[in-house]
Amino acid sequence: MNGAFVRSESGRSYEIVDASGTFVANVARASRKDVRDAVVAARAAQAKWWAATAYNRGQVLYRLAEMAESRRDELRDHVALAEASEAVAAVARAIDRVVWYAGWTDKIAQVYGSTNPVAGPFFNFSHPTPSGVVAVLAHPTSFEGLIDQVMAPLAAGNTVVVVASERHPTPAVLLGELSVTADFPPGVLNVLTGSLDELAPVVCAHEDVDGVDLSGVDDALLGELRSLSAESIKRVVRAGFASDADSLRRLRTFIETTTVWHTVGQ
Amino acid sequence: MSDDQLQSRLGALIYDAAPESTASVQLRSHYGLYVDGVFRDGAENQHFVTINPATEETLASVTQASAHDVDLAVRAARRAYDDVWSTMPGAERAKYLFRVARLIQERARELAVVETLDNGKPIRESRDVDIPLAAAHFFYYAGWADKLDFAGFGPAPKPLGVAGQIIPWNFPLMMAAWKLAPALAAGNTCVLKPAETTPLTALLLAEIFEQAELPAGVVNILTGDGSVGAAIVDHPGIDKIAFTGSTEVGRQIQRHVAGSSKHLTLELGGKGANIVFDDAPLDEVVEGIIDGIFFNQGHVCCAGSRLLVQETIEDELLRRLTRRVEQLRVGDPLDKNTDVGAINSAAQLARVEEITASGELEGATRFSSSCPLPEKGFWFAPTIFSNVSQSQRVAREEIFGPVLSVLNFRTPDEAVAKANNTTYGLACGVWSEKGSRTMWVAERLRAGVVWANTYNRFDPASPFGGVRQSGFGREGGRQGLEAYLDV
Repeated sequence: MNGAFVRSESGRSYEIVDASGTFVANVARASRKDVRDAVVAARAAQAKWWAATAYNRGQVLYRLAEMAESRRDELRDHVALAEASEAVAAVARAIDRVVWYAGWTDKIAQVYGSTNPVAGPFFNFSHPTPSGVVAVLAHPTSFEGLIDQVMAPLAAGNTVVVVASERHPTPAVLLGELSVTADFPPGVLNVLTGSLDELAPVVCAHEDVDGVDLSGVDDALLGELRSLSAESIKRVVRAGFASDADSLRRLRTFIETTTVWHTVGQ
Repeated sequence: MSDDQLQSRLGALIYDAAPESTASVQLRSHYGLYVDGVFRDGAENQHFVTINPATEETLASVTQASAHDVDLAVRAARRAYDDVWSTMPGAERAKYLFRVARLIQERARELAVVETLDNGKPIRESRDVDIPLAAAHFFYYAGWADKLDFAGFGPAPKPLGVAGQIIPWNFPLMMAAWKLAPALAAGNTCVLKPAETTPLTALLLAEIFEQAELPAGVVNILTGDGSVGAAIVDHPGIDKIAFTGSTEVGRQIQRHVAGSSKHLTLELGGKGANIVFDDAPLDEVVEGIIDGIFFNQGHVCCAGSRLLVQETIEDELLRRLTRRVEQLRVGDPLDKNTDVGAINSAAQLARVEEITASGELEGATRFSSSCPLPEKGFWFAPTIFSNVSQSQRVAREEIFGPVLSVLNFRTPDEAVAKANNTTYGLACGVWSEKGSRTMWVAERLRAGVVWANTYNRFDPASPFGGVRQSGFGREGGRQGLEAYLDV
């Protein structure tokens, strides 16, 4: 949270175990207050993240891929807790995905922006801007899914609060560590661990969260979270994880279009 | 304090020399051609030397490629295209290009020093502009390699094949990056010919390709004189020619490929107009004009070599401009304080001297900085011609040196008419606080790039290129991919 590794303000933690039931680690169990603190950090960081050049954001994301590459084995061990047989390939695909998004930062405006030939003496153009603070309810098992959910809003200039997978939170925690070594400005990426049932409604009801990625939650929770999100008119996405089109749907959800009219005349 | 007193005080400031260290540079005494992934001697075993234009000292011996070497390089590029590069997934091509970008960043200091030694440009420019932009171009186009479907040219656009790329001496590494990065991202393989007088950073780039383990033959680099370029242009195994250089050579190339199916893009000369309206903030304008014409000794195809100033502020602007030019530090390109470096070659110096002599003969008023010039090497004092008329050679021809021609205008219409009164159309500048007028002027300028309240800005995301006899095709941006796609 905000570039630091803090315990829950509540002092709570919980145990996670592997498939055989063996103890793996104690992790912090975030509270409602921790959600609020994370959103404050994300909001404070957003203007700076967006004010950085798109090239610079791309460099930071590419640096993250390099950091992940250098800790590939450690990532594999954590990912293996959730994706036992696929861990090596899953990590490789996830790193490729970070690289893919690193290349998007300075192309989003070129693909989704436009100049508009309005019928009058105006120079009129539309350019994509970020929604702001995006909450991500992480995919419960897929590391690649988590990466896609986090990178899409970041590439577009949003800052992110992740609620990690409740049973398999350590890959998300490791992602937080990697982001610090990759020179993410503090607050750009914040990772909370804890009970999804407890945290998801708080996140979706939070007035200062602009968008939420619900791709990681069960159908059972979906209706309630969507209606909580409606209160502050959040941008909500629930996309698949199969293709570039899914990823771009995720990315487009968290960009706004700003159109500028500028007079033309002597 | 009066302006003159201020000037005399500023003029008295002495700068200690602050030379960049050359310790990071270990040039080989001789460089071969980079063909099919290895450095090798030319088939005809001919060499020439490349010198430091600031000292006339030899830097290294370089290989003169022959027509046979061109043939070997094209065949290697074709094999690499068929067997490896065109079939490789875009995401994998991207990884090589990202790696190249990173390696350029890691070797940035060394590349900057070599660029300055071989070209004569100030280290401040090679360090802050040329090398970072070269890396940025590879980063930018690396990102496109697996996103071509979204570039606006329809689904799954295909590359052209083998690209022959001929680049000039004014921004040697940056021009190599502008050519190679989009071509490789799109899936083409390349035969690149750096300029005769500035081959070294392209050869260091070949070393970087080796470090990045780029598959053999994907990029081949042939050094030599114009005959190498001609052999590339005429080789039947090449699908695309990309050329940056003079309009005259561009014309010859277009003629040569006219009877073939080769694709062609040309980035040629210019005679950029820098238009200053009377409401513009003069201090910023002066810096912008200086940047526009004296950046890189004026060896810039888009240089703002014609200043068009609104009549009411002409005298005041000229007064400030000459005072500023007098303060430019001309000399050792490796010195971090240097503003203007060496002219790239004796031949280029002779051209600049010839056309400036014509300016005086034709009646323009010449002002040249009184700065001391080094005894060895090729040097030309920053120069301003005023009282220039549109028919004079200094107003019509590309000088490609540190020489500015000043003309005036009264109305926006007249500014546009004079700016467009050229056969070129590469770039223009507009200086005004009135946004709507700037837009109005920009819409009417026949130029590929218009800078408003700035000049000589470059970015991999921004398309660059000319209209009219400044050439066709764009480098940079989404549009830059089109030059290397079969669309």
